[in-house]
Amino acid sequence: MLGTPAILPERGIGDRLTALFWRRPRVLLALLLIPPLVWLGVVYLGSLVALLLQSFYSIDEFSGVVKQEFTLKTYAELFRAQNLDIILRTVLMAALVTLASAIIAFPIAYYAARFARGRWKAVFYLGVMLPLWSSYLVKVYAWKLILAREGILTWIADHAGAGPLLARALDEQWFGGASLSTSPVGTFIVFVYIWMPYMILPMQAALERVPATMLEASADLGASRAQTFRSVILPLALPGIVAGSIFTFSLTLGDYIIPQIIGNSARFIGLAVYQFQGTAGNLPLAAAFAVVPIMIMLVYLGIARRMGAFDAL
Amino acid sequence: MHSEQAGPGVKIAAGLGLAFLHLPILLIFLYAFTTEEKSYQFPPPGLTLQWFGVAWHRADIWPPLWLSVQVAAIATAVAIILGMLIAGAMAQTRFFGRDQISLLILLPIALPGVITGMALRSAFAMMDIPFSVWTIILGHATFCIVIVYNNAVARMRRLSGGIMEASADLGANGFQTFRHVLLPNLGSALLAGGMLAFALSFDEVIVTTFTAGQQSTLPIWMLNELVRPRQRPVTNVVAIVVFAVTFLPILAAYYLTRDGDATAGAGK
Repeated sequence: MLGTPAILPERGIGDRLTALFWRRPRVLLALLLIPPLVWLGVVYLGSLVALLLQSFYSIDEFSGVVKQEFTLKTYAELFRAQNLDIILRTVLMAALVTLASAIIAFPIAYYAARFARGRWKAVFYLGVMLPLWSSYLVKVYAWKLILAREGILTWIADHAGAGPLLARALDEQWFGGASLSTSPVGTFIVFVYIWMPYMILPMQAALERVPATMLEASADLGASRAQTFRSVILPLALPGIVAGSIFTFSLTLGDYIIPQIIGNSARFIGLAVYQFQGTAGNLPLAAAFAVVPIMIMLVYLGIARRMGAFDAL
Repeated sequence: MHSEQAGPGVKIAAGLGLAFLHLPILLIFLYAFTTEEKSYQFPPPGLTLQWFGVAWHRADIWPPLWLSVQVAAIATAVAIILGMLIAGAMAQTRFFGRDQISLLILLPIALPGVITGMALRSAFAMMDIPFSVWTIILGHATFCIVIVYNNAVARMRRLSGGIMEASADLGANGFQTFRHVLLPNLGSALLAGGMLAFALSFDEVIVTTFTAGQQSTLPIWMLNELVRPRQRPVTNVVAIVVFAVTFLPILAAYYLTRDGDATAGAGK
């Protein structure tokens, strides 16, 4: 093919742009990034800024109108006894849920990481992903059915002869309520059920990275299974556990649907945000309440980072 | 060789853990057939199919269902476009601010929904934007971007740069390469990401309650039924529909992205 030029002539705008992108890759990068960054920057970051601004406003107690002037009054309200109660209760619940999730999630992650092969690996993966992704409200609803006074748990307890025990437990002030579905324990169980799957995958990833040779070395040096677990597996998997705990902790911290549907109507941060912006019409206080989980999570992320959790994500 | 055998304790604990995750959902199906509509009596006193018919004729279910489909479809479309653009930028190049951008994409689902919801609510209030379908879509698209992005970027990383160069060597310009080489290879990942985004949006309730005003999406309808129940089995029928709409995309997405290693250009 003598005489055919090595460089083809440009056939139109597409070719010219391609040449431009080739010579200046930054132009292409900018064109790719601008639309999504404008969206996230304006819609998301813009809203977060609006949230912060709103939290520094206050509400006129007489007219109920938001005064758009800078003040710390709204934040001061967070330190009232009943509001501090809400914050402490939420943090305590998030901590307990995270702890329980870690205990339940660990064997699943451990088995999936160390023993499941081939087909079973896929079964475990789907077995975690399906409940994690399937409808949040449907899952909460399922527990309303389970925990109801006339529901399946009571039925099982009665048939197992544990009915009186359950009834006595529900009489405990801190524990129970009229039924499990109106008790703090019910709230706790549902929180664990909904957010626990988020812990399994980071945990599993961390456990998969523990080299099998180290376990063999540990066994060769005479360690029992328990010792190997305690002093080799657990420390090496800890960053993954902490990484998983970020999700359970953060998501429990902000949830307001579960305590609304299952529990003794004790308030949590999310519920407070929802009620203050809705029926109470106090947007500034709702915004200030929404800033609390952000602050708590910043501290939590700081600690998690020092424990190496970010390398495990 | 150290033999890899799980102790019975681990096996039982793992099995119980998985059972704990799966069994509760079965009750949703059972209660859709119960004859008892005033309580959650177990075992159901009788079984019937009538609630499916009742749900079909309930006029208050269709508008929320339609709204949810609309919102999810548009939010997914926006998320696919924006997610694909970011994935294209992040897959190949390193640039200043890259880590910050990946954090920014992740933030809307890493922070609790109540924060995203309240933030949007504050912004709408300050700018006097009235609630509409679009305010719902704005929120949904924002947290759907990351889902599409994750799927697309994983596929792009596995694609060898060689096929793009080969396409250029054969005389295709950037747009032709995108149309005939990149898009077919990305297709199933985008489809998987899009379906997951659709499922996430269709089911979302936390952010939506802050951005919907008086309108009801299907999850908001369900939430109202949970707080003030009437004809409880009808709620179960709707729950089954919602469950199916979220469950099937997850399965499909899994099968679409599972054989990722077989993507063109991966074998070197």
